[in-house]
Amino acid sequence: MHESVADIAQIISGATGYVYPNEYLLQWGLLIVMYPFLTGLVAGAFILASLERVLGIKELFPVYRLSLLAALAFLLAAPLPLLAHLGHPERSLEMFLTPNLNSAMAMFGFVYAWYLLVVLLLEIWFDYRKQIVIWSREKTGAMKFLYKILSLGIDDISPEALRFDDKIGKFITIVGVPSAFLLHGYVGFIFGSVKANPWWSSVLMPVVFLFSAIVSGMAVVLLIYMVTAWFRWKKPGMACLHKMGELLLYAMLVDLALEMLDFIHRLYESEESIHILRDLVAKRLFISLIISQVVLGSLCPLVGIVFARFGKLPDEVRRMLYFLSAMLVLIGIYSVRWNVVIGGQLFSKSLRGLTVYKTSLLGMEGLFMSLGLFILPFVILYVLVKIFPPWTGNEESAGETAAPS
Amino acid sequence: MKNKISSKNLLSRRQFLDFCRKAVPTGLLLVTAGAGRAGGPGHSVADPASAGGEGQGTLRPFGMAIDIRKCIGCGRCVNACKIENNVPREPLYFRTWVERYILPAEGEPKVDSPNGGLDGFPEIAESNSVLKSFFVPKLCNHCANPPCVQVCPVGATFQSPDGVVLVDQKYCVGCRYCIQACPYGARYLHPEKLTADKCTFCYHRIKKDLLPACVEVCPTQARVFGEIGSHSSPLWRFIRANATTILKAELNTRPNVFYAGASSEVR
Repeated sequence: MHESVADIAQIISGATGYVYPNEYLLQWGLLIVMYPFLTGLVAGAFILASLERVLGIKELFPVYRLSLLAALAFLLAAPLPLLAHLGHPERSLEMFLTPNLNSAMAMFGFVYAWYLLVVLLLEIWFDYRKQIVIWSREKTGAMKFLYKILSLGIDDISPEALRFDDKIGKFITIVGVPSAFLLHGYVGFIFGSVKANPWWSSVLMPVVFLFSAIVSGMAVVLLIYMVTAWFRWKKPGMACLHKMGELLLYAMLVDLALEMLDFIHRLYESEESIHILRDLVAKRLFISLIISQVVLGSLCPLVGIVFARFGKLPDEVRRMLYFLSAMLVLIGIYSVRWNVVIGGQLFSKSLRGLTVYKTSLLGMEGLFMSLGLFILPFVILYVLVKIFPPWTGNEESAGETAAPS
Repeated sequence: MKNKISSKNLLSRRQFLDFCRKAVPTGLLLVTAGAGRAGGPGHSVADPASAGGEGQGTLRPFGMAIDIRKCIGCGRCVNACKIENNVPREPLYFRTWVERYILPAEGEPKVDSPNGGLDGFPEIAESNSVLKSFFVPKLCNHCANPPCVQVCPVGATFQSPDGVVLVDQKYCVGCRYCIQACPYGARYLHPEKLTADKCTFCYHRIKKDLLPACVEVCPTQARVFGEIGSHSSPLWRFIRANATTILKAELNTRPNVFYAGASSEVR
């Protein structure tokens, strides 16, 4: 863990102005960038699913179950970067056993457990219960045994029981929406409540986090929907894509408006920290904030989605535009997380200097680890989709089936 | 085996209510006592003027005053601290460090702290344009309202009954939230222990009536240590005799480290 002499010299020489000596090294790296990114995807995917269930947006039916499974896959992976970055992961259970109730971070375990156990697992279970019972009767071998266990010994699929399932499912969704807000708003609060850090300390932070979460969740479900459709030799339904595109567009506009409000508010208030924050943006975050977050991650996909939704284009082009836009949105939201987490540590609290951050390829905080953690939820999703196929057959009514061209 | 539980084994309603009658006040008492022990206002005094003489059996908080007019930037305090507390020698980890402020006749002040001031400071080249220059030793402010203690998810960082902010190295999970929350850059992650580390006012020494290492070695007595509010304390006498300021007062951390002679550029 000791830095080499060459590394130290490089870090110190790379810094500009005056940095408190303990602040040359960044404490939170790529892993902590990944953590809010993943929880954002959870919250966003769940909220998208809820729109179908609670508001009855029928066009979203084909992605309802897929969104829930995606949310679960991301949620299962979300605590891993947190755990991996701890100096003593073996003591992590202390956060549950002896939490400091004044600490925002100590609440993570409880918020997470609530969301996983009370909201997501229950909702998925009630939603799939009928299928699980049917599969437990139809399948053979290990899968039969698995579905038997998953049915928790309840095999009543009478119309009354199913009506009850539906009612409970709806109720859980209604509880789930504020829970999803809580999950990601809370992650924003972890940063927004650090009064020592003027880049983080903002009452808007939880709200901005929440809307960026919704944006990223919708984009990732859109991508998953398109890719899974192509893998099954089907064309993703245009009605569903259009509805998701529309919702994504609205969420992006709100997100952008909130971020602009935060930006203008800071500029207008022009507090003591404004000079160093201006330097931070100009000298350290220009590429990740102006280019990647604003231009590539917000403006380009906004234009792309508007064209795909409202332009007079062939469906193939629309699909391609949606796909590219959603990819760009994800890159943009990852940049948001980067700019918050890394950006907030690149300037010294002396407000007089900037330090540097160099990513490595290997190691816990390395690029490969981050990539692995990003790929992991998709592997989990693959397994989940195998166990709980989200394709009901009815989904094509919202889209259209077609042979591969 | 199934129906072994008989009504005999269960509490009667009367017994249960009686149990609650005893348990609730006992629980409340324990909670109140616990809250008092965990750093209540009795030993969390920031305003030196209101610090003295609560006399309710609580300990007076320790504090430090730093006379900027006396500091010569020799860096002995930094070295003594590193030796006394086994602070890693690399220039990225400090429990205390010394900053040099160079105020030019015009423009922004320049601040530096090469290797935390441990090896002293290079000469100022452009001496003609310098309005004034001074040294500012920094350390944990042992805040009475410490943000690091607030954010620690497991309570590994805490306030001692005498107002010293400490880290339990056997309990810290190494999440580094406290490092982010400290406005003074006074904490670092120990590269070997992988836990948060910071100034303890040399707690192992002060509990034996010795001075912190940095205070002990200071050749100009720029650092004054003692109890806040104790009339016989050198710290208290210093605070009475000098106009002192605290760092980043606007954050309401209520530091117990006071600076005499610090101009507004210091932060």
